[in-house]
Amino acid sequence: MKFRDEYRDARAARSLADAIARTVTRPWTLMEVCGGQTHAIVRFGIDRLLPPAVTLVHGPGCPVCVTPVEYVDKAIAIAGRAGVILCSYGDMLRVPGSDGDLLAARSRGADVRAVYSPLDALEVARRHPHREVVFFAVGFETTAPANAMAAYRARQEGLGNLSLLVSHVLVPPAMRAILDAPDNRIQAFLAAGHVCTVMGYEEYLPLAAHYRVPIVVTGFEPLDILEGVYRCVRQLEAGLAEVENPYSRVVRRAGNRAALAILREVFRVIPRRWRGIGDIADSGLGLAPAYAAFDAENRFGPVALDREASGECVSGRVLKGECRPTDCPAFGTRCTPDHPLGVTMVSAEGACAAYYRYRGIPARSS
Amino acid sequence: MNDDNDDVRLTCPLPAAAGDTVQLAHGGGGRAMARLIDAIIRPAFADAELDRRHDGARLELDGPAAFTTDSYVVRPLLFPGGDIGTLAVNGTVNDLAMCGARPHSLSVGLILEEGLPLAMLRRIVASMGTSATACGVRLVTGDTKVVERGKADGVFINTAGIGRIVAPAPVEPASVEPGDAVILSGDIGRHGMAIMAAREGFGFETVIESDCAPVAEAVLALFAAGVTVHCLRDLTRGGLAGALVEIAEAAGLAIGIDEGAIPVADHVLAACELLGLDPLHVANEGRFIAFVPRAEAGRALGVLRRHAPAQHSVVIGEVHERAAGEVTCRGVLGVERIVDMLSGEQLPRIC
Repeated sequence: MKFRDEYRDARAARSLADAIARTVTRPWTLMEVCGGQTHAIVRFGIDRLLPPAVTLVHGPGCPVCVTPVEYVDKAIAIAGRAGVILCSYGDMLRVPGSDGDLLAARSRGADVRAVYSPLDALEVARRHPHREVVFFAVGFETTAPANAMAAYRARQEGLGNLSLLVSHVLVPPAMRAILDAPDNRIQAFLAAGHVCTVMGYEEYLPLAAHYRVPIVVTGFEPLDILEGVYRCVRQLEAGLAEVENPYSRVVRRAGNRAALAILREVFRVIPRRWRGIGDIADSGLGLAPAYAAFDAENRFGPVALDREASGECVSGRVLKGECRPTDCPAFGTRCTPDHPLGVTMVSAEGACAAYYRYRGIPARSS
Repeated sequence: MNDDNDDVRLTCPLPAAAGDTVQLAHGGGGRAMARLIDAIIRPAFADAELDRRHDGARLELDGPAAFTTDSYVVRPLLFPGGDIGTLAVNGTVNDLAMCGARPHSLSVGLILEEGLPLAMLRRIVASMGTSATACGVRLVTGDTKVVERGKADGVFINTAGIGRIVAPAPVEPASVEPGDAVILSGDIGRHGMAIMAAREGFGFETVIESDCAPVAEAVLALFAAGVTVHCLRDLTRGGLAGALVEIAEAAGLAIGIDEGAIPVADHVLAACELLGLDPLHVANEGRFIAFVPRAEAGRALGVLRRHAPAQHSVVIGEVHERAAGEVTCRGVLGVERIVDMLSGEQLPRIC
């Protein structure tokens, strides 16, 4: 398949892996930010092509994993109200709340619908003018523009029966939080290519300079990831800390101007709680005052954030790169995709799910 | 469907009061039901056993037989490459073939939702009749029920099938042996992506057609050619991954496959990539895997490739003794990974 196979070429991958091995003279620890990259790494076995000196640590970039449980509970509560249609991305429907997930709510009679785009939710609202339609808007900068567009159009059309339950988060503040941690061991980042497609990469320049970390904008195909790793270790070995963009077939320095404009129109930056990680200042997006009427929290009551319960699940440490899924004693035994203890075992972008799916339980010994 | 509506008005002998949709009375056991069966179902199935108007069919079968049943629920009822009627016949025919049997006769249970357009019912039973004729199987007995509007998704169909076993030895997971080659009968993922695209109204540039097809002829040709067949499995829900894991676990053996050898059509692959789905987990309705001794794999491919639904058959892997129940896949970069069954419903990812 065009635009795919050329980035999965085994010979080119081997030659990049060899270049990495030739470049590395001492141990380096890199974090891939995005859960999509984590899945590609584990699925293709990219980490197994790297020299032992290079360690890839999995980052917090799984949108459903970091959505606070209270938002899932709120979505379930809203879905349970008479006359409500709750729409969200499919992946969000099986994220466990305090008591079950949205699929379970659907089985109890709630009208919960998986949509492929927030504009589908807009269409549902148009078709059902006498019902309240709520879109559960989660994700990073990648999904934010489309969600913003749904709110923008709803306001333009005066569509009073659509609202958004917003739990949007931003990548750079999370990277800063990881780098600020006293026991941080991350020395370079593979930045999330799709996030940069929207945002560009200028906001990473001060991060790289301040923390002295190389940041390489990286795509999701095996050769993209190997190229990202190669650029990171080349900088580390040379003592550099710059922002590089080898993913230039998709990412521009200033990002997508139209997407950024709609973000600025609809959202404002606010503090956010990250599931498993905690509160991070200026790390999320909420609806701007002009869009307050489309905020599901105004329509159905605000989400009350509790102090996070510390159970057996170590997903917070996994999301911060402090441990691997296979370090968890519950991995593959008490915690599986069928009986997850945490979201990282459920989500299509969760690190635990990637290890379980592609490496099985024996991965614990590898 | 408007064209078909005209057709119904011209030929349907139901009283005008019944309209052109299925009514609860059509399942009531009275005149309306008799008329529905006589006007729409019996002509489509065209079998002398049905004309006897008895409670069951009388069949002549010699020797061991295979007996199977499956229920069909699909939305939308019509999709590119088929409809629920073709699925209901081909699916059960294929299940019989997977048992090493020559399909003989099928029963048909129809559960109709009140309000279903008769034109739709006519089309579906016509598809069933045509599909049955195409694979040489008879539709010999049936049942019709009507449920209230909202209690079913248009039509649910159950078919049970019986066939004479022609395989000289048991065709089942327990017969699989280390060293067996795993043959896949063609490219994967068409049916699941066709349904998803049709259901969700994705405007893909290329229409994805379901692979829905009867594979009995291709499979029976293997037996006719004297190829040793240890196991067969059609790939339906759960996809290729589900079938491989089920067989590996049931056989207590390991299966290794090569990702690069598994054919997936470009437009199917593109749709899967877009939605974050693994083609290994996507449903099929006209593909199967065959386990044959390695030495006979070449001959098996030669036989299969002479039959349309299996003309692109390839060897995708081999059975091993190590790590019982485990399925591994050698990826395009040469690194092995585990292949597992899908956990829960297949849901598209966020971004």
